[in-house]
Amino acid sequence: MSFPWANQYEPQNPLMKWVDDRLPLPRFVYNAIGAGYPVPRNLNYFWNFGVLAGFCLVLQIVTGVVLAMHYAPNALVAFDSTEHIMRDVNWGWMLRYAHANGASAFFVVVYLHIFRGFFYGSYKAPREMVWLMGVVIFLLMMATAFMGYVLPWGQMSFWGAKVITGLFGAIPLVGEPLQIWLLGGFAPDNAALNRFFSLHFLLPFVIAGVVILHIWALHIPGSSNPTGVEVKGESDTIPFHPYYTAKDGFGLGVFLFLYCAMLFFLPNALGHPDNYIPANPMSTPAHIVPEWYFWPFYAILRAFTADFFFIPAKLMGVIAMFGSILVWFFLPWLDTSPVRSGHYRPLFRKFFWFGLIPAMAVLFYCGGAPAEEPFVMMSQLATAYYFLHFLVILPIVASVERPEPLPYSITEAVLGSDDNAELKAAS
Amino acid sequence: MTESTGTADVDGVAAAESGEGVRRRDFINIAAVGAAGVGGVVTLLPLVSQMAPSKDVLAESSTELDVSAIQPGQAVKAVFRKQPVFVRNLTAKEIEEANAVDVGSLRDPQTLAERTKEGHENWLITMGVCTHLGCVPLGAGEGENKGEFGGYFCPCHGSHYDTAARIRKGPAPLNLQVPEYEFTSDTVVKIG
Ligand code: HEM
Ligand code: FES
Repeated sequence: MSFPWANQYEPQNPLMKWVDDRLPLPRFVYNAIGAGYPVPRNLNYFWNFGVLAGFCLVLQIVTGVVLAMHYAPNALVAFDSTEHIMRDVNWGWMLRYAHANGASAFFVVVYLHIFRGFFYGSYKAPREMVWLMGVVIFLLMMATAFMGYVLPWGQMSFWGAKVITGLFGAIPLVGEPLQIWLLGGFAPDNAALNRFFSLHFLLPFVIAGVVILHIWALHIPGSSNPTGVEVKGESDTIPFHPYYTAKDGFGLGVFLFLYCAMLFFLPNALGHPDNYIPANPMSTPAHIVPEWYFWPFYAILRAFTADFFFIPAKLMGVIAMFGSILVWFFLPWLDTSPVRSGHYRPLFRKFFWFGLIPAMAVLFYCGGAPAEEPFVMMSQLATAYYFLHFLVILPIVASVERPEPLPYSITEAVLGSDDNAELKAAS
Repeated sequence: MTESTGTADVDGVAAAESGEGVRRRDFINIAAVGAAGVGGVVTLLPLVSQMAPSKDVLAESSTELDVSAIQPGQAVKAVFRKQPVFVRNLTAKEIEEANAVDVGSLRDPQTLAERTKEGHENWLITMGVCTHLGCVPLGAGEGENKGEFGGYFCPCHGSHYDTAARIRKGPAPLNLQVPEYEFTSDTVVKIG
């Protein structure tokens, strides 16, 4: 669906017309990211991150396919083949750094994209499906990145694999057999490395499929916008191309500038030096931490140190860690306020900036810190707030809050007045 | 009867068959879809089962170890099924500490005697695999952190084990596992 005033595709040259009559792919592209997609005129830079995430996915697939031409997924040689890529393969060092830092860049972009959704209420009706597909993509990304990090078969790779598959061991009854089945052994070894490689290769293409569903669902109501007010008329929108292709192009330039700065000047800043030590099943590094993008969730995992009624501490940590993301699936129904944007929600805004964001910052910090006091206690408090925020505070705020007055339309929000609003008022 | 148009008179056939009870066509439908469904599920079996440990990984193995050089208070790390095993010669004081604990107060109640072999109570042989998420705890090596209870300390998420390698503090649910082993002589243990 699109708005009635959307531009219609009219092929300019006969070849395109010939193709379009037989396979309407040109039309599809035109309506999805071309002049045929009308977009609210007031999008700010937070709306750049979707396109950037798409760019990162392509970046990871291209660099990944190339790395896979030189990498060998066998426990005996995996570490050496990674070093071979770094030292012997032409441009290998750059491709590997591009892929490793590309994963970090991907998560930065996706976290900002999710943050945009949280603040502007993008998950609300009629875009629930867009949001749900987004959470699925995020879960798949986490699985992909985790398995990718195992591939170089360094110390962090090995112990990361051990600890994360150990999470499944916490499930009552089936936990241990499940863990052994996942690993194909009692500890990570060749079987695990091989299957992780196979899945690490596959999952990005699954992600690409879900991205298509995500965008399909988005294009039914069209993009939301910073006011959260739905599009009312033609004056509220502008065509995606050339306006947002230009804005996204500028954003991509800024992104590439920062990404290349990391890639060429600080390629190991986000990595862990222990991963340049070959995997050693006999000795755990003194301080094992996951990649930075997992820190908040790792902090939640470690926050549970004592049994919780009849649930053992180990299981509780695992439930909470998965629950902290699964709760996002319910967000459209937990936040029942009819007003989308945080701009017009004074109480929501307070809890957002002074509650959720600090709690996430604390979790992020503690996830990278050693499992000692005061970090454990800080994680516990932040974890408690995190769940309270989604499960209790959001529903209550939605029912007691008095939102600020909304503009009549996007046009009014931008220009200060909307002719349609006056017409409407007069009639 | 209609003219021969090359298409079957589907409605007529269905009407003729649907006198009472089950139509023959329903039976064929259910049988066909049922058989295809069962077949489909059965083909999942090899796909699921191929992920389980292969025969070479499952092959029984054992490790023999001469413990004569391990002094009281010392421990070594051996390898059993590609995983570390801690072999520890407890001092009299460590044994006393382990026995002084009220077993009922433990998360995974076991006495030191239950975790060692008769006649070899000073030999504490356990897997070096934290029961939380599988890291190798510290405390077997010279000068390593033994944790608050003088046994082992897992640095990954802070689990403390006592001198009988029983879980005392932190997220791990169980004591360090005691593998199957026997003393084949006074100084040789066979693990597995
Ligand atoms: C969602 C997209 C992807 C993400 C988030 C991702 C993430 C990662 C990460 C974090 C690493 C470890 C980097 C390191 O420390 O060296 C890695 C390694 C690797 N990835 Fe990916 N990856 C993605 C897509 C792909 C694709 C599509 C392929 C192949 C078709 C691929 C092939 C590889 C290979 C061969 C390695 C091992 C070499 C190395 O360690 O650099 N990746 N990936
Ligand atoms: S693995 Fe030992 S405390 Fe988590």
